[in-house]
Amino acid sequence: MRNKIDFIVAGVGGQGTILASDILVEVGYKAGYDVKKSEVHGMSQRGGGVESQVRWGKKVYSPLIEKGKAEFVLGFEMLEAARWTEYLNPSSVVYVNKHKMFPPTVSTGQAVYPAESAIEEELKFRAQHFEWIDAIGLAQQLGNPALAGVIMLGRLSADLEIAPEIWLNVISDLVPARFVELNKKAFITGRELKG
Amino acid sequence: MKKLLSGNEAFAFGAYLAGVQLAAAYPGTPSTEVVKTCAAYDTIYAEWSPNEKVAMDVAIGAAYTGRRALCAMKHVGMNVAAESLFYSSYTGLKGGLVIINADDPGMHSSQNEQDNRNYAKFAKVPMLEPSDSEEAKNYVRIALEMSEQFDTPVMIRTTTRLSHSRTLVDMDESNRVIPTDEIPAYERNIPKYVMVPANARRRHPVVEERLQKLAALAETLDINKIEPGNDEIGIITSGVVYQYAREVFPTATILKLGMVWPLPKQMILDFAKRVKKLVVIEELDPFIEEYVKVLGLNCIGKDVYPIMGEFSPSLIREVSYKASLISEAPANVSAVNIELPMRPPMLCPGCGHRGLFHALKRLDVSVFGDIGCYTLGAAPPLAAMHTCGCMGAGFGVVHGVDKVGVKGRTAAVLGDSTFFHSGIHPMIDVLYNKGVSTLIITDNRITAMTGHQDNPGTGMTLLGEPAERIDIETVVRGLGAKRVEVVNPYEIDNVMNVLKECIDSDEPSVVIVRYPCVLNVKEKHPVPVVDKEACTNCGTCLKIGCPPLTKNEEYVAIDSILCNGCGLCAEVCPFNAIKKPEEQ
Repeated sequence: MRNKIDFIVAGVGGQGTILASDILVEVGYKAGYDVKKSEVHGMSQRGGGVESQVRWGKKVYSPLIEKGKAEFVLGFEMLEAARWTEYLNPSSVVYVNKHKMFPPTVSTGQAVYPAESAIEEELKFRAQHFEWIDAIGLAQQLGNPALAGVIMLGRLSADLEIAPEIWLNVISDLVPARFVELNKKAFITGRELKG
Repeated sequence: MKKLLSGNEAFAFGAYLAGVQLAAAYPGTPSTEVVKTCAAYDTIYAEWSPNEKVAMDVAIGAAYTGRRALCAMKHVGMNVAAESLFYSSYTGLKGGLVIINADDPGMHSSQNEQDNRNYAKFAKVPMLEPSDSEEAKNYVRIALEMSEQFDTPVMIRTTTRLSHSRTLVDMDESNRVIPTDEIPAYERNIPKYVMVPANARRRHPVVEERLQKLAALAETLDINKIEPGNDEIGIITSGVVYQYAREVFPTATILKLGMVWPLPKQMILDFAKRVKKLVVIEELDPFIEEYVKVLGLNCIGKDVYPIMGEFSPSLIREVSYKASLISEAPANVSAVNIELPMRPPMLCPGCGHRGLFHALKRLDVSVFGDIGCYTLGAAPPLAAMHTCGCMGAGFGVVHGVDKVGVKGRTAAVLGDSTFFHSGIHPMIDVLYNKGVSTLIITDNRITAMTGHQDNPGTGMTLLGEPAERIDIETVVRGLGAKRVEVVNPYEIDNVMNVLKECIDSDEPSVVIVRYPCVLNVKEKHPVPVVDKEACTNCGTCLKIGCPPLTKNEEYVAIDSILCNGCGLCAEVCPFNAIKKPEEQ
């Protein structure tokens, strides 16, 4: 058991960031940690960004993570991931779904969506490990793009010393019954991505 | 057994455990889930009231009979309910009354960041402030017992960060108060409950004495406690900010206040004596700091910790380090070298409000607005709403504007739920006082912005029961409006014609723009097709600000996953380059 693990999950409304962070915080609790989770989602249904912060520790006080202290950043969308660079430190790990969703300022031509390589560069030089995940592509292969989030969690799980059964049980508890098998499959798909 | 609950869910669980029998609210972020969750407990009658004042009166009524009651609201909702807070402070109650008040530091979804601790002091009622979900649960019971013991409403202050964070809660129900099903006789007591001046004069001293007794209680109450540390620095704090302070100052001595009004005078004096340097860390106003300073004590407060915005451990570390209060510097984070475009919220793809604002813009109308999803009509590229102050303001504001007269067209816009909340009274004013204004109601048949709650116009209650559907058109005609038009916002030519006629006329008029919230009814039609040859890339369709439309080098593309097929882009295209497929 580590002293603490802090996770940032960032995406756009409708991408399943809230479900993913609900799973993540529950897994931490089941694994014996004190846990807290904070989220901002007021306008998420209207296309705004959604961020969740999940904290595991021996004793967790603040529901918010301090800048420079996140162990993991999970980006469900490239631009949203890039907003969290301030939370990284040289031992952080970053997984980003290789997926773009244009904000209105970009689609109306008022702003430019940053280049993939620029986002990668920004995240890479601040973290110990950076990895693109083709979560949307893999999810579509499984038949539903909404599985991308659980694929991301699967990849993350391969870095943590927690039995896969704990993850799978929490997924079964939190996902609607008819989607449980598909989500389990998505989790395994993600977990097997670790090279 | 422990479970992860949000602060708001924990308040509801606490209400259930404490035997609350009635809970009322008007939805408002970040408070909405409190009463929504209460509805899930079958021992609690829960309702959406048309506004916060009504909700508080309903809860007061239940408490007058001796039952335990709860009402919840966001900070600005307290402005609406304030009058009821003040009279109930004088009358007291019989059963416990707890008021859950959710402040929004940082304005995640509000028009201001008022600090409602001031209301507790103003109305002379006690206020508690939990710092996590477990405390949220427990404080509801403490509040209700205090309410009954001291014959006063009790406020509990939460903030967005507490309400929407999930932390562990002990789910033990063994000490649950089982609510009574005995029918009480209403105990009449005119001097106590009828606040005419003669009676109110006798009640005011009772309120002052009560406050003295509560101040004495604050000295011994175990939710006000000192966490001993090295006494070099002594921090007074409360709420979720305590959690940030505890993390940034691991060795400091902390006075954690669970009750933020009235404050424990002697405890604070003793604490100040004990520590070398006194620091008050509180979000928003210098509420505790001013009290500390009136006691003649020196402290660090708003000179270091900002008076506005939401706090975080990062912010507390940064400013504490600058003030040499801690030795651990903030993380050295270099700025991002690329520009990250913002992602502001927008009207959803297919939202009916878009057609209305497109029409208002084309008619060059000055629009006096209100609070709801339709406030997003103010965002570019539509930029078609020109004021928004509070719930129900727009109809009154446009009447004032029209009475003194301005050049050009004017109109006011509010939503169905806002109409029931506080739009009826200003409409009466326009009709009664010979107004000429055009009052527009965007009737999407749901309280959408806060996450789709039922309202008097939906025909359903919070408990999921069918109910009388209050028909807006009937209400409006009943008030005496002669010119009432109902339009479909997708029939853009008709909307334009009706608005033009109504606005240009010298009579008052009401336009009901009716289309159900597409997000709520999950409506989806075939996606329009762009004729790449015909598209001149003129950008007209982009001016309606619909998220699926994207400008390419040569033509406009439509994201078929985001698009709901409403077809408004096809309607506005001047070159007929966007075509609606025939509906199946």
